[in-house]
Amino acid sequence: MTLAPAENAAAKSVLVVDDEPNIMLSLQYLMKQAGYQVRLARDGEEALAAVEASPPDLVLLDINIPKRNGYEVCQAIRADDRFKGVRILMLTAKGREVEIEKGLALGADGYETKPFSTRALAARVKEMLGKERAAG
Amino acid sequence: MLSSSIILLTSLGYLMALFALAYYGDRKARDGTGTHLVSNPYVYSLSIAVYCTSWTYYGSVGRAAVSGFGFLPIYLGPTIVFTLGWFLLRKILRICKAQRITSIADFIGSRYGKSQAIGSLVTVIAVVGIVPYIALQLKAVSMSFGVVLRQDQDVLATAITADSMAFIVTLVLAVFTVLFGTRHIEATEHHAGLVVAIAAESLVKLIAFLAVGAFVTFALYDGFADLFAKAAANATTAPLVGMEKSAGNWVTLTLLSMTAIICLPRQFHVTFVENTNETHLNRALWLFPLYLFIINIFVLPIALGGVMWLPKDIDADTYVLALPLAEHNAALTLVVLVGGLSAAAAMVIVETIALSTMVCNDLIMPALLRFSSARLTGSRDLTSLLLNIRRIAIVGILLLGYFYLAVVGNTYHLVTIGLVSFCAAAQLAPALLFALYWRGGTRRAVITGLTLGFTVWLYTLLLPSFARSGFLPDSFIKEGLFGLALLKPYALFGLEGLDNISHSLFWSMMFNVGGFLAVAMTDRQSRIERIQATLFVEAFSAQTSAAGSDIVLSGDDGRASVQALLELATRYVGGDRATDAFNAYAQRQGLAAGQPPEWDSGLMRLTERLVAGSIGAASARVAVASAVKGERVQLDEIMQILDETQHVLEYSRQLEEKSQALEVASRNLEAANRQLLEADRLKDEFMSTVSHELRTPLTSIRSFSEILQDDPDMPAEQRSAFLGIIVSESERLTRLINQVLDLAKIEAGRMQWHIRDVEVEHVVRDAAASLAPIFERDGVEMEIRIDDSLGPVRADADRLIQVIINLVSNAEKFCPKPGGKVAIVARRDGDMARLSVIDNGPGIPEAEREAIFDKFYQVRANNQLDANPLGMAGTGLGLAISERIVVQFGGRIWVEATSSAGSTFTFTVPLSGTTGLGTDEKPRTAAAIPALGE
Repeated sequence: MTLAPAENAAAKSVLVVDDEPNIMLSLQYLMKQAGYQVRLARDGEEALAAVEASPPDLVLLDINIPKRNGYEVCQAIRADDRFKGVRILMLTAKGREVEIEKGLALGADGYETKPFSTRALAARVKEMLGKERAAG
Repeated sequence: MLSSSIILLTSLGYLMALFALAYYGDRKARDGTGTHLVSNPYVYSLSIAVYCTSWTYYGSVGRAAVSGFGFLPIYLGPTIVFTLGWFLLRKILRICKAQRITSIADFIGSRYGKSQAIGSLVTVIAVVGIVPYIALQLKAVSMSFGVVLRQDQDVLATAITADSMAFIVTLVLAVFTVLFGTRHIEATEHHAGLVVAIAAESLVKLIAFLAVGAFVTFALYDGFADLFAKAAANATTAPLVGMEKSAGNWVTLTLLSMTAIICLPRQFHVTFVENTNETHLNRALWLFPLYLFIINIFVLPIALGGVMWLPKDIDADTYVLALPLAEHNAALTLVVLVGGLSAAAAMVIVETIALSTMVCNDLIMPALLRFSSARLTGSRDLTSLLLNIRRIAIVGILLLGYFYLAVVGNTYHLVTIGLVSFCAAAQLAPALLFALYWRGGTRRAVITGLTLGFTVWLYTLLLPSFARSGFLPDSFIKEGLFGLALLKPYALFGLEGLDNISHSLFWSMMFNVGGFLAVAMTDRQSRIERIQATLFVEAFSAQTSAAGSDIVLSGDDGRASVQALLELATRYVGGDRATDAFNAYAQRQGLAAGQPPEWDSGLMRLTERLVAGSIGAASARVAVASAVKGERVQLDEIMQILDETQHVLEYSRQLEEKSQALEVASRNLEAANRQLLEADRLKDEFMSTVSHELRTPLTSIRSFSEILQDDPDMPAEQRSAFLGIIVSESERLTRLINQVLDLAKIEAGRMQWHIRDVEVEHVVRDAAASLAPIFERDGVEMEIRIDDSLGPVRADADRLIQVIINLVSNAEKFCPKPGGKVAIVARRDGDMARLSVIDNGPGIPEAEREAIFDKFYQVRANNQLDANPLGMAGTGLGLAISERIVVQFGGRIWVEATSSAGSTFTFTVPLSGTTGLGTDEKPRTAAAIPALGE
């Protein structure tokens, strides 16, 4: 699946990073429905390449992905000043405290556990995109 | 007929010839040239025949003339001991050799803690007890000479009274005994010449006695049949031929003679002390009884002939001589006289030598050492002192014999006198027998038993014999001591109806054995008594022999000493270490490998060092010094040190073992704890992974359900696609739950396995059939190739199908579509059936080939993202379960290394009738996973 065509220039862009086809499908549907530009990445390298090519406003980042895991991707984005406006919402089936804290410590802006509520997720994304990200 | 000069010259000449023979034998022994003579089983056996004395030669006939066969028990006892009691003799002999025993007093004293008191007591008993026996010999010899000399009314004979004759005989025998017996000093050094002379005398007396017997039987009568027929017809002799006269104290006499053959000092001396080679005893075991048998053949014929042929007033004890005299057969008379002299002289010489040795070693020397040790240690050479003590002892003992003869002798027959001595010797038997077979006896027990037994013997046999001769008042015989009837010596404590000998034997043994046991039961053994008890009772055990070897080995012989040192070291530090150290030393000496080292002082120090490691330096010095010098006195110390050291070593070894066991237990506990922690960690991880895997399909299901719920106006086509995803993810969730439960069951060992013979073809066809719809849908080709020769395998059919389905569906999943190809190939590989599933998919990177069997490991198919959502999503557990199933069957599973095109999964299953695990490689071990729900 290729990048979705931009519907309007003002629309915020979201990068969905996951390796489960059906989960990607559902996230893509949800984000498009909310009016965002959606791009997809199946592993850590694809995700970083997509960010490099055009930094999205928000990354929906799964942790258990091939090649480079979600933590590494998060760390790499945060290490680059060019991407300091990129918001990162981590999504993972691993719901333990220690994992949430690790993600937040690495610079993620939010954390949702699978299985998630579609409404809650949409609301969370909207909220995160609605305010300027405080750099750092 | 015979002039007194001829008789005396012949007798003296005979004694001198014997002395010359003894001298010759000693010379040969010293040169080492005459070993065939001086160390000879026949000579040894004949020397034991010193048992047959004048008692046999003259006395048996006298006895037979009164009681027929009643003379026999005296020979029955020794025969029984030599034929049935050989083990007893062998054991005594072994102990005497190992302990360098010099006499029976030494033997008993040594056994009970090397007690000088016992040695002295035994010596006193032996001397007092044997005096009547010596008197018997003196009486027999003087009597025989008297008979011959008086016969011719010789001038010399008429001048000599019976008493002075006996005195002359005593002096002559004393001179010869001193000559024979006291030329050497070392008691353990064998009197080789003496033994040869004694053996010669045994031959002479046998031949002489047989000559008289033959003369009576074949010259005076017409053979045995004629003699016995005439005797049976004669009123006087008829009762002698039957058994009625001979009834009586057979049991007593047999028992007495059984003890005598061992306990008489001279028998102990020739049998055990003079023995040069233990194997000689084997010959004596039958030769000596044979000698006894032969010499007894003519006893009864001579007695019968004497009674019938000679006047009634002739003493039956002299029949042997009187018969040829009566027939005026001068030559035979002389032969008989010499034979009788032989019998008496041999006994007197050996007995007094044995007794004088005991008197010197066990009575005089201990006293001298105690009371004047300073003077003794001052003089360098004690040899002449010792020899003089022995000479005086010999003369003294013979004079005692003469004294007894003069006082008592004429009152009794020869045999009666001899039995008194036998009864005294029998007092030594309990201490001797207990010494061999019972560890319990103590010094005090022996002293008690011996003293009591000897006192009873004195009171019931010796003193009454003096009383009867008028030397003591005989009132105490008739009325008892102090007039107490209970103390009558011949009816002690009211016991009547026995002959004097049986009566005395009964009471003396009762007190002897009773006293011994009573004290032994309550007494405590000292260490030296325990050690000696072990050495005697365990004389044949290897350990005791080894301990004894310390004594025997001497430093003169270098090889023996090296061996002794090696044995010593082996005993303390073990064979391997000792041998290694000695071999290394030999190499330092420049000797070839395998050769023992040469003797030198360095070897001694080496041994001392080795041994010191085990028992400490001081003890090691004592041990090595004694092994080198062979000093007997050190043995006790070594035994003691060894005993204590072994206890300490044993105790410390036990402590060490216990502390090691504790360490092991604590290590085991730690390991168990670590395993538990590890299991706990694995369980956490498993739970986390499982929950993650369950959340994944659940996420899709929930998302699409909510999307559908929120958007009722969704186009029908999209709605249908989303519902399809929900259904397929639900199926995936179900599969996942089932497989997790399967895996948990297998790993917890709760899976039910129905192992039986399974045809490979059937299960492959079943699996293929269930997958056929998917293959058809995706247009993937399936090929099955099974060897016709492949027999059934041992497996659970359903689980085997599960494995095949898992592999084949995996293969199908990764195949290009269309154009995919999957092959199932089964063939034989040794004891195993080998099944391969081959696809033409992308293959599996080498790095992943091991990991794919891990739980939840998934290979993402490149095209899976675009795959039909109705396709089966993997759970990551299929291969993990397959592997566990195959391992359970005894096979293994792996990915073939041919990744050029597609991948090949292969597994093996044991064929029926094999043990399984037919391949060399071990099955891949599965990590232990705790079961869910525990």
